[in-house]
Amino acid sequence: MSVPPAIKVERLVKIYKQTPAVDGVSFAIAPGTITGLLGGNGAGKTTTIAMIMGLLAPTSGSVTVLGADMPRQRYRVLQRMNFESPYVEMPMRLTVRQNLTVFGMLYGVADLAGRIAELAEALDLTDLLDRPTGRLSAGQKTRVSLAKSLINSPELLLLDEPTASLDPDTADWVRTRLERYRREHHATVLLASHNMAEVERLCERVIIMKRGRIEDDDTPARLLTRYGRRTLEDVFLDVARRRDEAREAAQ
Amino acid sequence: MSARSEAAVLAFSPRRVAAMMLRYWYLLRSSWPRLIELIYWPAVQMITWGFLQFYVMQNAGFFARAGGTLIGAVLLWDILFRGQLGFSVSFLEEMWARNIGNLMMSPLRPIEFIAALMVMSIVRLSIGVIPVTLLAFVFFGFNLYGLGLALVAFFINLMLTSWAVGIFVSGLVLRNGLGAENLAWSIMFLFMPLTCVYYPVTTLPVWLQPAAWLLPPTYVFEGMRALLIQHTFRPDLMFDALALNAVFFAGGMFGFLALLRSARRHGSLMQTGE
Repeated sequence: MSVPPAIKVERLVKIYKQTPAVDGVSFAIAPGTITGLLGGNGAGKTTTIAMIMGLLAPTSGSVTVLGADMPRQRYRVLQRMNFESPYVEMPMRLTVRQNLTVFGMLYGVADLAGRIAELAEALDLTDLLDRPTGRLSAGQKTRVSLAKSLINSPELLLLDEPTASLDPDTADWVRTRLERYRREHHATVLLASHNMAEVERLCERVIIMKRGRIEDDDTPARLLTRYGRRTLEDVFLDVARRRDEAREAAQ
Repeated sequence: MSARSEAAVLAFSPRRVAAMMLRYWYLLRSSWPRLIELIYWPAVQMITWGFLQFYVMQNAGFFARAGGTLIGAVLLWDILFRGQLGFSVSFLEEMWARNIGNLMMSPLRPIEFIAALMVMSIVRLSIGVIPVTLLAFVFFGFNLYGLGLALVAFFINLMLTSWAVGIFVSGLVLRNGLGAENLAWSIMFLFMPLTCVYYPVTTLPVWLQPAAWLLPPTYVFEGMRALLIQHTFRPDLMFDALALNAVFFAGGMFGFLALLRSARRHGSLMQTGE
């Protein structure tokens, strides 16, 4: 018997005032894998992730997450998933420990003090636990957000540009922790990014989106071979320009 | 998943309500301006109206008999206004902190979120109004707690109205972003003239009086005047207010859930700015 996908998206459409933000997207993500959702600004990555999280209702199509129909059955699975995004923040006046305590209680984490200590150790936050979150640097805040996203040891982790605005060293550090988490917990990770190096390093599969549609979907190695390129950035540029050139030619 | 474990996953969770209360308590504890704000305006208002009442009592026969109606009205109005504000401000804290996405993506149910906001509105109200009631006693000899069981009836009805309005306003802010924030601060003042806080319903034009009787606080303020002027507790008024409050509360909840669904459709939960 085949293992059911962690995420299954079928003919997903989201239209804002007659403008399609996501236009007929379908894909399935196997459990225990890291998949990259790649695309430029306005490609529909964040909208797709928001629909997978149940934060946004699709205009049509369906999203199934860990066997639950989203957003209708979201409360069956929200305890088993988590997310991190630069578009949401943690309460600034609360200390790191207070924030993690509140979210740990929301997610029903057993031995919360132990889990916070464990995450603080893993994400190098021990010295920051009693500092207000608002007084941390951008890199430290990202680590706190990451700690929040891991507080319930999620089976499914949705990451929207997790290393945006981080310096290369901190970004690399975060990627290493994500790789380790996936390996140790056999978690499924869906990562939206327009950082090609990040996607190339972390993901065993890449879905490239453009103007709300899937333009390509394959492993990084096969994408490089098929496009005859040395980096995913070149592949991305090929994909980004392909349609534009075709359109110009048609005109 | 077995039926029992599924029911447990979907059930109302006091632990999640406690988590949200803890979040607001941490916030209040960490910010003395927030604590001062809770007490400052009720105190200023009570003292101003208290001196006014003191003045008119010395100069008008009716007010001499109606001792305490102005201060009583001020204090009860503050329960209504601060109750709604306590609810709405706690909700707005999530919008200001850009934390609403985290909460909406967590297992927290809307009903649990609302329950936490309701409890916190009582906590905030207590911090703000209890010291002011003590000041009213010290400065003007008005003992709000002397109203006894009637005060309990007044309090329950006023809190229910404040929550109903707070829930609906929170839905509007969720759907429309912080552009709708001003409603949270001002909507209760729409009630002020119609609920007859400082004067009897008969003061209103006859054609407007039915509208006043559609609002639960009207019954409370009339009940307070009956108690202070005629020394009569009117349970009939309290039951009428309770029945209307049931309708208001159900309407507030229905509105909030409808606005939340609309926010999910329109992507407002992802854009919590203006």
